[in-house]
Amino acid sequence: MAATSPLLAWRAPVYIAAGFAGVIALVILLLQPLLAGGYLPGLPTTFGKRVHRWTGFALVAAIIIHVGGLWLTSPPDVVDALLFASPTPFAVWGVTAMWVLFAAALLAAFGQRLRVRPQTWRLGHAVLALVGVAGSVVHAMLIDGTMGTLSKTLLCALVIGATIKVLYDLRVWSRITRRRIG
Amino acid sequence: MIQNRTNRRKFLATSGAVFGATLVTGGSGLLVPASAQGLAPTPTMRGGANNYIAGAPIVDRIGNGGFWMTGSVRRAGDGAPLAGQRVQIWAHTTEGHERDPHSHGATLTDENGEFRLEMPQIVPAFGRPHGHLAYDSGEFKTVFLRPIMPSAGDTSLSAHFVLEPV
Repeated sequence: MAATSPLLAWRAPVYIAAGFAGVIALVILLLQPLLAGGYLPGLPTTFGKRVHRWTGFALVAAIIIHVGGLWLTSPPDVVDALLFASPTPFAVWGVTAMWVLFAAALLAAFGQRLRVRPQTWRLGHAVLALVGVAGSVVHAMLIDGTMGTLSKTLLCALVIGATIKVLYDLRVWSRITRRRIG
Repeated sequence: MIQNRTNRRKFLATSGAVFGATLVTGGSGLLVPASAQGLAPTPTMRGGANNYIAGAPIVDRIGNGGFWMTGSVRRAGDGAPLAGQRVQIWAHTTEGHERDPHSHGATLTDENGEFRLEMPQIVPAFGRPHGHLAYDSGEFKTVFLRPIMPSAGDTSLSAHFVLEPV
């Protein structure tokens, strides 16, 4: 849908790349809970979690390309957004989501070294992911961007649904109990 | 930032009041002096000055046109229309990015303090379709505006300046 947007004709390549990096980030936000919960066929939780780590890395990269591309397109607008001084509220949601998702990723990368209990670590990662997802969805819905309204709404609904389902299924608020597989 | 937000609210409130006053007195086209007393100056909007290029030339039309930017320039306090004021306009349009010099142009207000410049269709950029306007001639305090279009399909946009002397 985004690839056929009429807006693309009026945008420079770097702006187009930045927009698509945002779309890819939103798609990864859907993949992340599906992988963590082992919902994808052929990807049981154990293997899915390894992929989850790699797609998490890709998510951080996509966010950096998204913001970096917008920076190259219009530096003052991105400076405003990063300083929370943007005239449009969606930027505040987006920048907040970015930092929260970065925090979730950092916790995932260095959490073991913090020597916190696994359930504390998991709850922290889950809360950050949930806030990051919520911020990203509001950000995406408020903008007039390259995605079609229908496809964007659908994707956002799936992202929220999948996130809530995995947090509930894994009982992230409770102590870790190993699920017996097979 | 909080200060900015207050200003913006105040701006929206005052511009609404100006609109109301204009509607009430619309028949004569003149503001009733009593109701215009104490008209507050328009504050610069957040992000208004982004991608501003000083000294854009006065043009009959920016690019191939098809979209109208309109508005008015008045004096703070008594609300008197200001004629011959230079207003600079730029936006991300079907013909170029905000940073492109050919996306910039300026026009002058008429004897009623109103301006009207044809430009290419504004398209959504940075999340919302919006335009930029500047009053930067020095006689009054510089003001930058960044109005947002209610819908990307709109073919016109308006913005109003109330200027205070330097």
